Amino acid sequence: MGKAKVKRSSTSIDMTAMCDVSFLLLTFFVLTSTARQPEAFPVDTPASTTKDKLPDTNLGIITIGGEGKVFFGVKEREVRKRMLERMSAKYNVQFSEEDYTKFELAEDFGVPIKNLRQLLTLEASQRVLPGVQPGIPIDSTENNTNELYHWVQSARLATAEITKEKEGEKNFVDPGPMKIAIKADANEKYPSINLVIESLRNQKQNKFSFVTGLKGNE
Amino acid sequence: MAELNQDSGKKGKGGKVRSKKNGGKVDLTAMVDLAFLLITFFMLTTSLNKPQAMDVAMPDKNKMDASDNLEIADNRSITLLLGSDNKILWYYGQLKSPITPPTAIDYGKDGLRKVITEMKAKVPAAAGGKDLIVVIRPSEKSVQRNLVDVLDEMKIVDIKRYMISKITSEEIDVLKRENLYND
Repeated sequence: MGKAKVKRSSTSIDMTAMCDVSFLLLTFFVLTSTARQPEAFPVDTPASTTKDKLPDTNLGIITIGGEGKVFFGVKEREVRKRMLERMSAKYNVQFSEEDYTKFELAEDFGVPIKNLRQLLTLEASQRVLPGVQPGIPIDSTENNTNELYHWVQSARLATAEITKEKEGEKNFVDPGPMKIAIKADANEKYPSINLVIESLRNQKQNKFSFVTGLKGNE
Repeated sequence: MAELNQDSGKKGKGGKVRSKKNGGKVDLTAMVDLAFLLITFFMLTTSLNKPQAMDVAMPDKNKMDASDNLEIADNRSITLLLGSDNKILWYYGQLKSPITPPTAIDYGKDGLRKVITEMKAKVPAAAGGKDLIVVIRPSEKSVQRNLVDVLDEMKIVDIKRYMISKITSEEIDVLKRENLYND
């Protein structure tokens, strides 16, 4: 009988805890990947080999689909409110405090401004039903009939205004002018896209991005 | 290795019907593996489905110049007319007296990319060292996918000078002649 007796402990580890942790992580990732508002108009963008990601902040997205329907949305909430205030003044349409709060939560929209109040009374799930949102009016002029031109302009001016106001604050990083992205359906004919591009060029916004999907190198 | 202990339950069954119980120990290793596989899958797909952005820069709009045409040397520019049915009509030089007359090609490696790579090599020799300029003219019957594909090719073949401009009526006639102006 040896003096040193090697104590053999059981080699089986209880994995229940590990299993719990992994399912917690899994639930986290599943929820963060789907927790976003339904888009007003789902669009299938074409693929390209470009790898630059679309910026997450300080961005305005113009969605084009369904034979010329145009939708617009802004990422920053403060800009949404200021933009609506400007549009309300320009088009002489009044909105209540409640309307402003609801508009701040809307990721994008596609109705003429005179129907915007009515749209805001609907629930988010009702807004995305087909036929509810016919698109923002657009044409090749710079008049009030080209509402998209004015929405984009108001958004850009609102961003500049808010940036200027925040300039004095500590730790403030200037995000620069609002970027514009065009998310058009792959089968959308060129004239609808050209109307949007011309509306941007008319306000000297010559730089913008196309939103695309990922494509592997052939 | 990983176990889950179950109580064997009815002990009073006797020896007659022996239900298949593996002693009450379930190996959980497989379950943990599966869970990690799923996590990895969701981790990767959430970053993959973030959309990509392709930058476009348009020339400044000169309000006086309605024709929107810049002066470019004939022998260093090729023009791509984006027609319907996913086809491109390209020509080298001026439309009135082209160095290479309008020819129809497809998108993709064998069509567009081949032509542009050839011209990219040919033009500096013919135009005294200056590089190729590509003029992209989408017609009303082309779609967004066509435009994005062409801009993509510019990046792949590394064309430094290209511009998107308005198609002229003569070019539309050429497209119609080649049956590339359909709905």
